[in-house]
Amino acid sequence: MTSVGTPLERQDARAKVTGTATYAYEHRVEGVLYAWPVTSTVAKGRVVDIDMDSAMATPGVVAVLHADNAARLETNIDLGPVQQASVPELFVLQSKKIAYRGQIVAAVIASSAEAAREGAEKLVVHCEEQAHDVVFRARDPRAYVPSVLGDLGPGNVNRGDADAALEAAEVVVDVAYSTPAQLPHPMEPHSTLASWTEGRLTLYSSEQGPSNTSQAFAALLAMDADDVEVVCDYVGGGFGAKAAPRPPAVLAVLAAKLVGRPVKVAWNRRLMTAHATYRSPTAQRIRLGADGQGKLSAIVHEAQHMTSALSDYVDQTASSARMMYAAEHARTTATAVRLDVPSAGWMRGPGETPGMFGLECAMDELAHRLDLDPIELRIRNEPEVDPSDGKPFSSRNLVACLQTGAEQFGWVSRDRRPGTRRHGRWLVGTGVAASRYPVFTVPSRASATAETDGTFTVAIGAVDIGTGSRTVLAQIAADALEVPVARVRLDLGRASYSAAAFAGASLGTASWGWAVDKAGRVLRDRLRDGAPLGTTVDVDTTEEVSAMRDVSRNAYGAQFAEVKVDAVTGQIRVERMLGVFAAGRIINPRTARSQLIGGMIMGIGGTLMEAADIDETFGDFVQSDLAGYHFPTHADIGDIDVVMLPETDDELSPVGGKGIGEIGVVGAAAAVANAVHHATGRRFRDLPLRLEDLRNASPASMSLHQSLR
Amino acid sequence: MKTDHTSEVTLRINGTEEKVLVDHRVTLLDLLRDRLGLTGTKKGCDHGQCGACTVLLNGRRANSCLKLAVAAEGATVVTIEGVADLTEGDGLHPLQEAFVANDAMQCGYCTPGQICSALGALAEADAGWPSHVTPDVTAGVKSASELGAEEIRERMSGNLCRCGAYHGIVAAITQVASGSNR
Ligand code: FES
Ligand code: FES
Repeated sequence: MTSVGTPLERQDARAKVTGTATYAYEHRVEGVLYAWPVTSTVAKGRVVDIDMDSAMATPGVVAVLHADNAARLETNIDLGPVQQASVPELFVLQSKKIAYRGQIVAAVIASSAEAAREGAEKLVVHCEEQAHDVVFRARDPRAYVPSVLGDLGPGNVNRGDADAALEAAEVVVDVAYSTPAQLPHPMEPHSTLASWTEGRLTLYSSEQGPSNTSQAFAALLAMDADDVEVVCDYVGGGFGAKAAPRPPAVLAVLAAKLVGRPVKVAWNRRLMTAHATYRSPTAQRIRLGADGQGKLSAIVHEAQHMTSALSDYVDQTASSARMMYAAEHARTTATAVRLDVPSAGWMRGPGETPGMFGLECAMDELAHRLDLDPIELRIRNEPEVDPSDGKPFSSRNLVACLQTGAEQFGWVSRDRRPGTRRHGRWLVGTGVAASRYPVFTVPSRASATAETDGTFTVAIGAVDIGTGSRTVLAQIAADALEVPVARVRLDLGRASYSAAAFAGASLGTASWGWAVDKAGRVLRDRLRDGAPLGTTVDVDTTEEVSAMRDVSRNAYGAQFAEVKVDAVTGQIRVERMLGVFAAGRIINPRTARSQLIGGMIMGIGGTLMEAADIDETFGDFVQSDLAGYHFPTHADIGDIDVVMLPETDDELSPVGGKGIGEIGVVGAAAAVANAVHHATGRRFRDLPLRLEDLRNASPASMSLHQSLR
Repeated sequence: MKTDHTSEVTLRINGTEEKVLVDHRVTLLDLLRDRLGLTGTKKGCDHGQCGACTVLLNGRRANSCLKLAVAAEGATVVTIEGVADLTEGDGLHPLQEAFVANDAMQCGYCTPGQICSALGALAEADAGWPSHVTPDVTAGVKSASELGAEEIRERMSGNLCRCGAYHGIVAAITQVASGSNR
């Protein structure tokens, strides 16, 4: 009786297609009020005065929340290394200082959302404005090397003597790439309903980590985490934006505290652009040194980011470059420039996504220089052990991914010459890139109960943000209990169920699954030993997780893209895409497939359209709604297929999976950009690949373009 | 009671007549979600840019965030909560079943809008309406059953899905478009 590995129907699919799945804002409590924020119109300065008369006179308005009447939050809080970077943004209305345009400076609370919004429009906030500095430029001399990055590694890592090796190399590729700021924009905007009852706080909130959010608010409010319930029954996507609590949740809590009634807030896209984190833009330089056969001797990857006045968060953009390929010498450096901008943070595949765009394009450039097949180049540089630290790989099937993909995609017969294939007005090309995402495992707790009716209830403070965790955890529980999945009820989405990992860094299934598996097994054994129905067991995986051996754990993949580029307009279409992934055991091939394809689609968006540009005059992002910030819709997406290579890895959590939430995004941009080179014969190194750039490029092969001009 | 700021409107929502006093600023979307408890219709942008709020308004798909409730007097509205009742029997609508079967969702937040929009799109095709990719725009199409993936993608492009469930959504709609069980 094994449920794991079968394509079980998504457990909440029926709730989702009937509209009965309840998201944060949709919970109902008696006497609820609505809050709408007022945000700063200057990028730097301070609030000097607020004129509230006409706002307060608006029918329905109950109160104005501002820095002078907002409850004081604890300032000296420690949420652990991963969540700590999000803390400064949580101090909503704790000072009058303005650190970026769009910062919350007040809020109006009213009996309806419409009244709150009208009141907010009537609120007059006087600010003192200071000169701001918001322009991100490559090679900024002020760039500093952060001591710690998003992956908790250092900013600068050096092995051997990369400069000398480059000097001695037969072939050197030295190229600059850039990626823009990108916005996660989950379809469900951030929303929170905050309700205080007898000193306890309940947050119905759209979060990727009910447990983390509970702990964060407990710390901010100097409360016991048991007194902060966080309910996330359904979450309409996260992509990093909800991986830590954000300002809207804090605003709801402060507003509810001020008026002594439950308060709802729901962000719109403009507010999300300012407060929901974004992927930092990067300016990268990559140098590869190799011999005539393509054997790498040196890799240098430098990536500049931007930080804000509030946050020091910096992506691990260059980290992949020191472990992907067997080069004796390597240096990876992440730097940051501090600007008066909103705070960057996590977005799906943080660091790996922009970094592997650069690295995998550079590898393609090297292959082209050597007139070598890009897959063959990667195979020649396949390491035996992790080159960054000499640790053995738990498993590494990159070569198998490349080879399987080559076969299925029809790569084998590929003509390497760029800019030579044409169908009518379309230039056609194919590209390949490698994917990699590290495996993380975090201790979690879970409980399992043998109900008197013969069913089992397994509860965990996990969350399903669309990944399918509700389904896969039920499968894992069923196998551990040795019962059909129909007899298991899997409860998640509440902090009170257990302290558990968050849904981020692709670690959910492995981390939660371990606790669920353990709870199921322990309960099963207890029942065998004669424990009565009604028995509940509570487990914790802290010991097991800390006993994991010190090896290099990563998921790998290979992405293939076929593009066509309109020789007249420069329009790019991704005609088909294939992703082959080796990510350990796949718990549910049906939900896994959806998630991997979804990642690849986000990757296409990041390659061809997604970009948020800072307005130099105002200091915030120009693209502040979904008409300005484009991500793929139906018509942008052609054929996409995914192959999940069977992979057994004994160095993982007993769940056996490596995590698949992010690897689909990583490498997608490079595959598409390399295909565009193959189609046009021109390199485009700055994302997104916009048609105006391609059009203006007018390569020799675009003869139709020439003749029509 | 009618005031300067409120009016009474009567709508038929999922087969039930609703007489409600609405603030003139309230959109049809907020009327459904905040006043009537019909939260199956989602708000993704409130600006007509995402399609999450799509309902069938007098039989045609519409972004309910762009419609003031007061301007919907007399309208017939079908929301996701009423979609299953569009077909006979107790079960789900075949399109809902097809969404389930094709795993045409991840987080589910765009799903109600995708389903309502697809119902509207299929009806448009059955009425012969062309799209931007229809080869002969004046001839239109004969019926929804001849819609291929490209037509469906084009016609569904007003509905964003950030999870990227497009593959399954198009498969689900194709299945229903080509079937006789609509
Ligand atoms: S909410 Fe209406 S189109 Fe987005
Ligand atoms: S399923 Fe999440 S936005 Fe479509």
